[in-house]
Amino acid sequence: MSAVLRIENLSVALPAWADRRLAVDNVSLEVLRNEILCVVGESGSGKSVMAKAVLGLLPAPHVRVTGGRVFYGDRDLLTLPAADMRGVRGGRIAMIFQEPMTALNPLMTVGRQADEIIEVHTKLTPAQRRKRVIEVFNDVRLPDPERILSSYPHELSGGQRQRVMIAMALVLEPGLVIADEPTTALDVTTQAQILRLLKELQERHGTAIMFITHDFGVVAEIADRVAVMRHGVLVEQGPARDILTRPQDPYTQTLIGAVPSLVPRQAAGRERAHAAAREELLKVDGLEKTFAGRGGAFSFRAPRVRAVAGISLEVWKGSSLALVGESGSGKSTLARCIVGLERADKGAIVLQGHNITGLSRAQLRPYRKVLQMVFQDPFASLNPRWRVGDIIAQGPIVQGVARKTALAEAQELLRLVGLDPKAIDRYPHEFSGGQRQRIGIARALAVRPKLIVADEPVSALDVSVQKQVLDLLDDLRRSFDLSLLFITHDLRVAAHVCEEIVVMKDGQIVERGLTADIFASPQHEYTQALLASVPGRDWRRSDPGSGSREAWANDPYA
Amino acid sequence: MRGFWRRFLTNPRVALSLLWLAFVVVLALGAHVLSPGTPFAIVSKPFSPVLGDFLFGTDSLGRSVAAGLVHGARTSLLISILATLAAVAFGTLVGSIAGFYGGLIDDVLMRVTEFFQTIPSFIFAIVLVAILAPSGVSLVIAIATVSWPPIARIVRGEVLALRNREFVQAAIVAGQSDMAILVGQVLPNALSPLIVTGSLLVANAILIESALSFLGLGAPNLMSWGFQIGAGRAFLRDAWWLVTIPGIAILLTVLSINIAGEGLNDALNPRLRDL
Amino acid sequence: MGGFRLLRYLIRRIVQAVPVVLGVVVLNFLLLQLAPGDAATVLAGEAGGAPVEYVEQLRERFGLNKPIAVQLALYVKNILALDLGYSFRNASPVLPLILDRLWATLLLMGTTLVLSVGGGILLGLLAAVWVRTWKDHLISVAAIVAYATPLFWVGLMLILVFSIKLDWLPTSGMEDAAAFYEGWARVADIAKHLVLPAITLSLFYIALYVRLMRATMLEQRGLDYVTTARAKGLSERQITMRHVVRNSLLPVVTIAGVQIGGLLGGSVVVESVFAWPGLGQLAFQALFARDLNLLLGIFFISSCLVVLVNIVIDVIYLMLDPRIRVG
Repeated sequence: MSAVLRIENLSVALPAWADRRLAVDNVSLEVLRNEILCVVGESGSGKSVMAKAVLGLLPAPHVRVTGGRVFYGDRDLLTLPAADMRGVRGGRIAMIFQEPMTALNPLMTVGRQADEIIEVHTKLTPAQRRKRVIEVFNDVRLPDPERILSSYPHELSGGQRQRVMIAMALVLEPGLVIADEPTTALDVTTQAQILRLLKELQERHGTAIMFITHDFGVVAEIADRVAVMRHGVLVEQGPARDILTRPQDPYTQTLIGAVPSLVPRQAAGRERAHAAAREELLKVDGLEKTFAGRGGAFSFRAPRVRAVAGISLEVWKGSSLALVGESGSGKSTLARCIVGLERADKGAIVLQGHNITGLSRAQLRPYRKVLQMVFQDPFASLNPRWRVGDIIAQGPIVQGVARKTALAEAQELLRLVGLDPKAIDRYPHEFSGGQRQRIGIARALAVRPKLIVADEPVSALDVSVQKQVLDLLDDLRRSFDLSLLFITHDLRVAAHVCEEIVVMKDGQIVERGLTADIFASPQHEYTQALLASVPGRDWRRSDPGSGSREAWANDPYA
Repeated sequence: MRGFWRRFLTNPRVALSLLWLAFVVVLALGAHVLSPGTPFAIVSKPFSPVLGDFLFGTDSLGRSVAAGLVHGARTSLLISILATLAAVAFGTLVGSIAGFYGGLIDDVLMRVTEFFQTIPSFIFAIVLVAILAPSGVSLVIAIATVSWPPIARIVRGEVLALRNREFVQAAIVAGQSDMAILVGQVLPNALSPLIVTGSLLVANAILIESALSFLGLGAPNLMSWGFQIGAGRAFLRDAWWLVTIPGIAILLTVLSINIAGEGLNDALNPRLRDL
Repeated sequence: MGGFRLLRYLIRRIVQAVPVVLGVVVLNFLLLQLAPGDAATVLAGEAGGAPVEYVEQLRERFGLNKPIAVQLALYVKNILALDLGYSFRNASPVLPLILDRLWATLLLMGTTLVLSVGGGILLGLLAAVWVRTWKDHLISVAAIVAYATPLFWVGLMLILVFSIKLDWLPTSGMEDAAAFYEGWARVADIAKHLVLPAITLSLFYIALYVRLMRATMLEQRGLDYVTTARAKGLSERQITMRHVVRNSLLPVVTIAGVQIGGLLGGSVVVESVFAWPGLGQLAFQALFARDLNLLLGIFFISSCLVVLVNIVIDVIYLMLDPRIRVG
């Protein structure tokens, strides 16, 4: 098969103040006609920079190509005159971006934004252009294309916006589409639809696609070939089947090994047997929370959003419950109500037999020793102006522990979460994302709580770091006899961490039970859709030869 | 911190501005030494020209323009800095309460702030000084009254953004009291925009003070740059320096503060990696 | 957008403006209480030498012997009925006195608004397009200097250069009263008188909008949608004109709204420099006559003016930004 795009020894330099010299280091690869090439890597691997370099979209003058050639056909794109390059962009090579909301101009109708590509590349009349746009909107299955044509981006859903982006990419039938994490910002069910659509369009039109992603699940779903990048270097490439099942490079092996399998965790026999005798730690009863949407100065009334619409659940001592749902399901609001960051409108929250609903912050203080929280964003969750020691010791100090004792304990906690105890004197910005999340966990543990509410604690982390943090949480759970209420959108993570699961949608619980039972036979159609949407769901089930051995040890499907 | 000072001081525009500001501060502090006695004293015949017996000549009553400038520096700086401090204190209070507590308190306080931003503030300042009778204190009150809304809005915005940051929520979950969170967690992180806005506000206060003095609403016993221009405007045709020189003093001072303020902003928020 | 929705939006904005206007009335009342001496004498124009009977009549009408709440209610009622009192200094009721001067101020303000927003946007756009070239530096330095210059001083300097030294333009007034021009000749005469005051008042605001427009455009150029446009094959010129400019106009329009009050304040200074017969000059005269009631009336009317212009600007914003929900 012939190559549509041939990258030879491409190097891209970073500005002087960056932490390394080259974003892309001597990378060579090809995208063949009629294939989907997935370029996989964690953050900082240089995969996006490489993609942008192909189209000359690097943020000049800070980031620039220092060597190599990029051939589209027989033309080297790096030496192409600006005017010719513009002809290639959008016409021959099109690009789809990660965040469709910001990638579209908010003040222009999406119809006009699609029309614009045809206008600059062809001599078609407005009527012909309109016909073509409607055609391609139909192609990407946008409902009612005539109406969408005159809609603004904010009037569309996230999935629709990404379909518009895809339509814009395909409107001139380019030879190559570069898709930079096009489904990362989307919910899992939407992601599944978009992936299916891309695959189908690709097969129908024979377009080559270079698909940038960090998610091996997505790779398993759509890739024909895979290229793995790390720190700007291409470490391995080959057919998807080979890489996914028999990765050769050690980095690829750890990366694939770190992907949590969809094999649910088994409830320990003890828990199952004595279900009736279990001690109830937290009980949520009929909880409701409605947000009166605020529209600012321009609108009198904004729609009221029922974020949590009557939720009841229990967390048992020593157990681990996953709260799973897509964005807008109300899972985070529920968590915030439980820890007292948000005041519920109705219902009760009972912690160890005490009703803590509607207590003031001062009244809640004694319960902080029982209930703690781990946050999502490791960069936002630590005060940049506080030393790590003070951050961790904060809780105990509030509870009346002497500062000296609290700091000594903080050192011990740092050791427990796998960091150097000397870190107490350093500031958060000196640590990586994974390390910061460990600090966040140490902070939550400092008051020796019984229950930790973890709100998407690993979703901001790279997959290899994700696994380490999840394993750490697991270890600590055992050694501290903790219960866990784990909020996540990721079914793989939920399966990995929690024996029990609650599935939420639109502020309500649609299904609950043991993770193993629900994964084996989901009852509610939403749960079924959710499970069916997990990218690469069949990959790790059918290939027991790969991945972390321990995860497979108790795999009933293996 | 060292990086901050290096970024701040090595910017040539900032260095020049700071030099001029230092000069003005020295004039203001040493006014009674550099030019003893009252600047209202008649020292020579009227309208003696620039670079004659007196560095910048004399005005229509025979008062030394240079002495006026030196004492005017003291007045302008004192009034503007006091007014700014008052505005920053009040604006921070309003903004942090509104941002931290949100809800109805926020709504009410922000309506009030918007109200004070909507009304023609300079006319309001004129009315205020006219009613309080012109004096240094009424100038400070009037300038502070029209200057606090931007501070309140900025502080509110910062507090609102920081309040939703997870480290503040972590402090809530840790059980810290509201006051401790506001003072210990939130405000220190809102400091840099506050400092920058505050410094720019001093420049604005100098402009308001000089305009009020120009209109004859300055403190009657205090010499000021605006007053000098106001007193000299009738003689524009024959004695251009009476108006021109104090104007240049105002221009340079305000310009320097603006440049230094922007330099402060750039130094406090170095552009992160452009990726 | 349908006319009906626009109308609904307008009505809502007007309803929202009511508390602001009421607030100004209350503020006026408080200022009146703050003034030294008897409120009745202040209302009558403190040093205006108003007849005793009139002061008594005022005391009656404003209930100045009654509790403060009643006084406030009566004051609000009188002001909202547009009864702003009588100015003995000018031997005329306050309202017609103000309305008489209003159009001169509106002319100056309107010209300045067009000049400053238009000039600011244009120059800011050019500076952003020419970023980091000598042309950009020239515009940026001029803007930062203009931004730091006191209005009244600019006015005096312009008079010094263009009226006194070069004798191109008149120093003061709105028209040559002795010439009795009519028709287009009169328009030309007023325009000639308008040049210096309008430039004086505009300079600061042009500087403000130049800086804002330039900064916003540079910021917008770094956003994702611009990368998209580039990836679509648009030229830099097309990207700027079709995408960046319109997005950059929004903050300029917002700030223009915020600055209306400042503009009116500036016109007090400029009008007093150029003897432009508008509200500002009236305020300046009231100040010297210690006619506080007239001053408060001017403050009230100019506040209403600001509220009105703000509504107009919000409607413009509404047309520029499809994201604002109506209804």
